[in-house]
Amino acid sequence: MDYFAQQLINGLVLGSIYGLIAIGYTMVYGIVGMINFAHGDIFMIGGFIALITFLILVSFGLTAIPLILLVVLLVSMAITALYGWTVERIAYRPLRHSFRLAPMLSAIGMSFVLTNYSQVAQGARVKPVPPIITGGYTLHEGSGGFVVQLSNIQIIVVITTVVLLALFTWLVSSTRLGRDMRACEQDQTMASLLGVDVDRTISMTFVIGAALAAVAGMMYLLYYGLVDFFMGFVAGIKAFTAAVLGGIGSLPGAMLGGLLIGLIETLWSAYFSVEYKDVAAFSILIVVLIFLPTGLLGRPEVEKV
Amino acid sequence: MSADQILDHILSVDHLSMRFGGIVAVNDLSFGAERRKITALIGPNGAGKTTVFNCITGFYKPTSGSMRLAHDDGHNIQLERLNDFRISKQAKVARTFQNIRLFPGMTALENLMVAQHNALMRASGLTLLGLIGAPSWRVAEKAAIDLARTWLERIDLLDRADDAAGNLPYGDQRRLEIARAMCTEPALLCLDEPAAGLNARESASLSELLLSIRANQGTSILLIEHDMSVVMEISDHVVVMDYGVKIAEGTPQHVRDDPRVIAAYLGADEEEAIAVMESGT
Repeated sequence: MDYFAQQLINGLVLGSIYGLIAIGYTMVYGIVGMINFAHGDIFMIGGFIALITFLILVSFGLTAIPLILLVVLLVSMAITALYGWTVERIAYRPLRHSFRLAPMLSAIGMSFVLTNYSQVAQGARVKPVPPIITGGYTLHEGSGGFVVQLSNIQIIVVITTVVLLALFTWLVSSTRLGRDMRACEQDQTMASLLGVDVDRTISMTFVIGAALAAVAGMMYLLYYGLVDFFMGFVAGIKAFTAAVLGGIGSLPGAMLGGLLIGLIETLWSAYFSVEYKDVAAFSILIVVLIFLPTGLLGRPEVEKV
Repeated sequence: MSADQILDHILSVDHLSMRFGGIVAVNDLSFGAERRKITALIGPNGAGKTTVFNCITGFYKPTSGSMRLAHDDGHNIQLERLNDFRISKQAKVARTFQNIRLFPGMTALENLMVAQHNALMRASGLTLLGLIGAPSWRVAEKAAIDLARTWLERIDLLDRADDAAGNLPYGDQRRLEIARAMCTEPALLCLDEPAAGLNARESASLSELLLSIRANQGTSILLIEHDMSVVMEISDHVVVMDYGVKIAEGTPQHVRDDPRVIAAYLGADEEEAIAVMESGT
């Protein structure tokens, strides 16, 4: 039981990170109907920028951990958002009115560009960081000597995710920008006739998605203590799976899908084999898509005549 | 002296032509829409009416010709140079389509709020003031909600403000579309077959709404319509098109008695129609 509880905690933390990335996929799909395959790499860029900012701050002799974390968070969100904006501007916008597959192919190309750019600029080796946030709480000490632990970093990851999710839900449901985004999602032509600058709204969607991916990248860095140029690929595919599992286009779905993928992966690794954890996650996806083609929370597409 | 200078035209379409490959959809069309009046554009199916709308609202770039919009303050805009959101922002032209294009997943109120994007965008200072909740932004947002509610009240949908627009009855959706277009505070409102699919009672309430918009807001209206009861009742001026050219224009009464118009609608030869009319009188 203790072992299970511990795995549940680990799974939720991993799932939160996937969920944050998945939101970026689902938002972009909702508004422009394309899968932004470069989003996983934006997450990786976020991780690197967090690392670089951290090292710069430390080299300036800063020691106050909360202050460092706050600055790192803001800087990596801002710079990664700029990456997201640039990718949209140079790789997707010129292809907006082209055939449907063009932006997707461009996205795959952009993913390669970002991966290789990071490899060239930062080197191919894994970049470790010493644990920045240590300590935690012991929740329960089992008879067999097994200890259920909740580390501080896990608490931070989950709280950050919950806060961002609340902020983000508020943004989409009750602000002008959120209304414009939903309007563009439903009918871009009509939105532009009502005065909404569709290009600008789409750019904002990419910016927000990238900022959330940056948070995920920073959390990943803090939680696992390392980044490398290739981490965006697998994490991106997992988050994409999460978005599809939850119902692509649905925001709560992305978060739910992220949590489920995180849990499945962790529990499978704990009870079966670590080597096959990806197989387990993707198998669940296949099963869900067979029985619920629109995902768990996706709306079925109704063709109106 | 052309008619343009005598009448106060908000929209002057001048020698407008639109070709698609070898097909001439609109051929050398000139007409004007008077300020604070309702102008109807009628004609048989395929006459090119919607193409004219698409040129006015920036969907098509006309092959030749010009479209001038004269604002109340004397400031002129060449519509063929604008597109996308600038049609609403700079030219203050709003339009609806033949089919309903509400945002079905958003509430009736939200639909009207999106239409106030321009006003809210100015107040939010490119989003920043809005994010920090500055007082000027709050005032603007409150004003936007009030305007939306006023319109909902006018179209009798106030009690359904929070229902998804897609769930409203067809006739209500039609009126909500017009209210939404009006929330952009347009100088010229272009309506493409607003009465399509409405029953007699709903058409009557539509006519009433359009007349009240002309009277209270002073908005100029350009209308494509097949429902002749609506056209005859509310239009001040009617322009008739067939095969991309203007075949007649004038008051509803004048147009109704024009043999060329009858010929176009009945599909008969002009001479035959004249013969029919003369034998009748």
